[in-house]
Amino acid sequence: MKYKPRTFVLEVVMVAVAIAFLFPVYALVTLAFKDPGQIANKPLSLPDPPSVGSFGEAWQSASLGSALLNSTLITASSVLVLIVLGSLAAYFLARTATRLSYTLYIVFLVGIILPFQLGMIPLYQMVNDLGLLGTYQGMILFYTGIQLPFTVFLYTGFIRSLPADYTNAALIDGASHLQAFAHVIFPLLRPITGTVLILNAVHIWNDFFTPLLYLGGSGRETVPVRVFAFVNEYTSNYGLVAAGLVLAALPILLLFLVLQRYVIRGFASGLKG
Amino acid sequence: MTVTAQAVRRDAVKAPRRRGGGIAPPWLFAVPALLIYALVVLYPAFSGAGSAFTDWSGVGAQRSFVGLDNFQQLFRDDQALGALRNTLLLTVAIVVVQNGIGLLLALGVHTGIKSRMVLRVIFFAPVVVSPVMVSFLWKYVYNPAPDAGLNAALGAIGLGGLRQDWLGNPSIALWSVAFTVIWQCAGYSMVIFLAGLEGVPAELHESAMVDGAGTVARFRHITWPLLAPAVTINLMLSTVGGLTLFTQIIAMTNGGPGYATDTLSTVLYKQAFVFGKFGYSTAVALVLAIFVAAVSFIQIGYLRSRETAA
Repeated sequence: MKYKPRTFVLEVVMVAVAIAFLFPVYALVTLAFKDPGQIANKPLSLPDPPSVGSFGEAWQSASLGSALLNSTLITASSVLVLIVLGSLAAYFLARTATRLSYTLYIVFLVGIILPFQLGMIPLYQMVNDLGLLGTYQGMILFYTGIQLPFTVFLYTGFIRSLPADYTNAALIDGASHLQAFAHVIFPLLRPITGTVLILNAVHIWNDFFTPLLYLGGSGRETVPVRVFAFVNEYTSNYGLVAAGLVLAALPILLLFLVLQRYVIRGFASGLKG
Repeated sequence: MTVTAQAVRRDAVKAPRRRGGGIAPPWLFAVPALLIYALVVLYPAFSGAGSAFTDWSGVGAQRSFVGLDNFQQLFRDDQALGALRNTLLLTVAIVVVQNGIGLLLALGVHTGIKSRMVLRVIFFAPVVVSPVMVSFLWKYVYNPAPDAGLNAALGAIGLGGLRQDWLGNPSIALWSVAFTVIWQCAGYSMVIFLAGLEGVPAELHESAMVDGAGTVARFRHITWPLLAPAVTINLMLSTVGGLTLFTQIIAMTNGGPGYATDTLSTVLYKQAFVFGKFGYSTAVALVLAIFVAAVSFIQIGYLRSRETAA
């Protein structure tokens, strides 16, 4: 495409839109670097001089260190279990053409449109009865179940598009089904495993409602739950709240910037399978 | 196929029919996933649907069948009816504006502009941040004080007359919440539209240009029909997202002022965990579930027919 005067006009318009789009982020980040006097007198100016005191205080008050650890543990474990169980189930569903496998596939698909609010209260009761409230295991079990339909859907679509010859060869060479899956099929699933990993990890990392219900007051709260409590406690201390929000959003934003190509591709393609 | 048949016999596996020819994996592979899915999703959903017809308080097993009482109560309950109205208004606003903006952004960055890659990253970035944090960010932007956030910005560009109590004014609070969701999710719509745009062959545009078709005509007759799959996905995602909106409301307004921003999700949450009316709460959840399922089916059906017609 040639760079014409029209392209330049469009470029200016789009950059202006991006600047307006970023205004809330500018307001928040500058707020985090200001002391209370600057916040009151110069709400929109750049911080002069910038003060970083709020960050340390926010990190402490919101216990962000342990929250990041909790979030990482829950997200990583759930995604790992989802990838293993989801790909195994999808392998069966995609490579078997019986009435049973077809019905099972539909049963899994139902889970994609079923709003979780419907089962929210019975599930809460069940998790409570099992003694899993306030535990990592409870959250991992929850995310595995809730995200399996989508994961199975993505894997099944992908496996159906793969030729069957590879596994046959491995099986004929005397490998067990599990060995053939682990050594032949699973490596072939890399592209879709990437998508499954990104979509599930972003969802689980950012989820708020269930961790609030299940982990509230347990000391194992994830980042969004800690931030929620922190903001509600220091609600009028704008500089501190802003610093806490910046710190809490930073890890996933940095990860996004590093992996942006894969993340955007995952989000754009994931839903089509 | 003789080799395959022997292999099957050697493995002593009963050979089910099989896609693409070969040896079917054992059904045991699907069992762990199915068990967890049944335990976490299917059983609670059925149990929830069942307790919508009871007066269960959520404590203990004591509950009695009350027929359609909970649903009758729902249609007499001003808070629930208001929440239903808010849910539908929010959903329509989000679906229309988010996808409209998402499409314009996609068309804007799917061009020869130099900043296109950077702009994609900027517009998409809010998607990966927790809705709780985005809500708190906007709660500050919507600060009612005249010298903070959006009000200060309006004052600085000479539009001080537009200053508002964005979340405290019952007649605009709902739209303020909707705008927060749109700001966060427009980039999501954008990347899905972009994937669609990248699938439109450039030769089609070139030959149409040779035939003298203008930008608008080319969009209408080439781009738009080929975007059908992207439109389907975007409409589905934003509709379900709008209908089940919860986090942003709890974080920004908690349903207030009054009931001005309550949705079905916040009402069912409050009924269950604040008022202990679990039976009634699951009745609200069932209504929500029926909405989501109905919309999904209508959209899939309608958009499938559009895709094949295009």
